[in-house]
Amino acid sequence: MTRSRVVVVGAGAAGWSTVEALRRFGFDGRITVLSDEVHLPYDRPPLSKQVLSGEWEPGRAQLASAHRIAEADVEWALGVTAAALHSADRLVVTVDGRPYPYDELVIATGVRARRLPVLARDALVLRTLDDCVALRERLRTARSLVVLGAGFLGLEVAATALARGVAVTVIDPQRHPLADRLGSAAASSLVAQHRSRGVRVLTGTAVCQTQRVAERDFWLLRLSDDTTISADLVLVAAGSVPAVEWLAGTSLEVDDGVLCDSEGRAAPHVWAVGDVARWYRPDLGQHVRFEHRTSAVEQGQAVARAICGAPATGRAIPFFWTDQFDLKIQVWGSTSSAADVDVVFGDPGGPAYVAVFHDGDVASPTGVLAWNAAGPSRPYREALVRERSTA
Amino acid sequence: MNIQVDADKCIASGACAQVCPEVFDLDDEGVIVVLDAAPPAELRAKVEEAAAACPAAVIEVHDQSRV
Ligand SMILES: Cc1cc2nc3c(=O)[nH]c(=O)nc-3n(C[C@H](O)[C@H](O)[C@H](O)COP(=O)(O)OP(=O)(O)OC[C@H]3O[C@@H](n4cnc5c(N)ncnc54)[C@H](O)[C@@H]3O)c2cc1C
Ligand code: SF4
Repeated sequence: MTRSRVVVVGAGAAGWSTVEALRRFGFDGRITVLSDEVHLPYDRPPLSKQVLSGEWEPGRAQLASAHRIAEADVEWALGVTAAALHSADRLVVTVDGRPYPYDELVIATGVRARRLPVLARDALVLRTLDDCVALRERLRTARSLVVLGAGFLGLEVAATALARGVAVTVIDPQRHPLADRLGSAAASSLVAQHRSRGVRVLTGTAVCQTQRVAERDFWLLRLSDDTTISADLVLVAAGSVPAVEWLAGTSLEVDDGVLCDSEGRAAPHVWAVGDVARWYRPDLGQHVRFEHRTSAVEQGQAVARAICGAPATGRAIPFFWTDQFDLKIQVWGSTSSAADVDVVFGDPGGPAYVAVFHDGDVASPTGVLAWNAAGPSRPYREALVRERSTA
Repeated sequence: MNIQVDADKCIASGACAQVCPEVFDLDDEGVIVVLDAAPPAELRAKVEEAAAACPAAVIEVHDQSRV
């Protein structure tokens, strides 16, 4: 069935995928996309990698060519922030009071960088293209950078900044950062890789107090081990929070993201996709939110299918990757819940290996991790897809 | 239909080869290989689905006439 007007709030990977797929599945009504950023859809993963390093100009991170953008026939409302949702009247209202009526609403507002109370002002974050360009500019002249948070984002920035000749310290209160995402072996190897290349990584360490010495343009940070370090730049990479402020006071259920059924429906005629969305997973019996690039696409496409009345496809295997120095680490499925890990290619101490996570039967994996081994991992991840996707 | 790829952007997810193995394969490093840059029209939907599934915006599908 064709509806007359779809409004998408958020022009990231999830919002753009929804739009692209709506047209592909034959939606011929109006599509309006609101975004508080002024840019046409662009991709975030390169912001901590090729764009930050200077290897790519920002334009290379765009998600669609001018031709594709024109073909999609979208009314772009860029630099426009949604401030309220009136679901009974099917209306989104912007900060400056403009109403956007919809027949179907797609919430694709993503997440925002978490700020730390100890560093309320002046510290940098990296979420948007503008953040990236600002950080890239500052890295030109900075001698030292402190990154707060040893997650993927923090470590990617550390690797990129080090390659640009900046002295980098990464600080994380967790003893074993990323162990929940990569398994403990790969997580500690990754931290070891940073240390061996010259990044100072302080785990199990918190920042207690900060001081910005404005006249000399640097920071002093007092740490939980009672030492003090100084830095030209501080980047907060301490996770993110779903961008749901504008949904306060609505009937939508919001709890670490917008709660949806297993097809992305948050309420009648309201859908949510991407980093902001927590879809119900019947196999797990709970709502799950992913901040993975592929999940944004899959959810956008699934919602577009549902809006167009196209048949649903099966659920895909979660996938993410991270690139740091010359390392590419990729994870398909889940590494955290498995009881056993078998190394099926290479050697974990060496330059490349593949690990299969399972519950006692390696032929029935729950997850596959490839450490610089995208090629060799192929049969194992294909086995995972066969075993775990729902048809 | 005509396919253009920017293989430098490929992050070796394997999604394209999974969605449309008739047209996309992977090399030894897991990077996209286009088996047929001008595939028959009946593969259009699958090719477009593969392009959309790519997490790195590597694949572009054009109409023959435009390119
Ligand atoms: C630097 C960086 C590196 C990453 N690297 C990887 C990686 O290597 N691998 C991987 O799998 N994933 C990676 N990710 C995660 C991946 O990019 C995200 O999962 C993906 O971008 C999510 O897309 P989205 O459309 O849901 O959200 P977003 O891309 O955040 O888009 C949401 C948009 O909505 C806008 N918005 C928010 N509130 C409002 C409002 N009220 N009104 C209007 N607009 C609003 C936001 O400003 C934003 O433009 C990375 C993320 C970042 C930031
Ligand atoms: S889907 Fe995209 S990133 Fe993945 S292998 Fe194919 S071209 Fe590369």
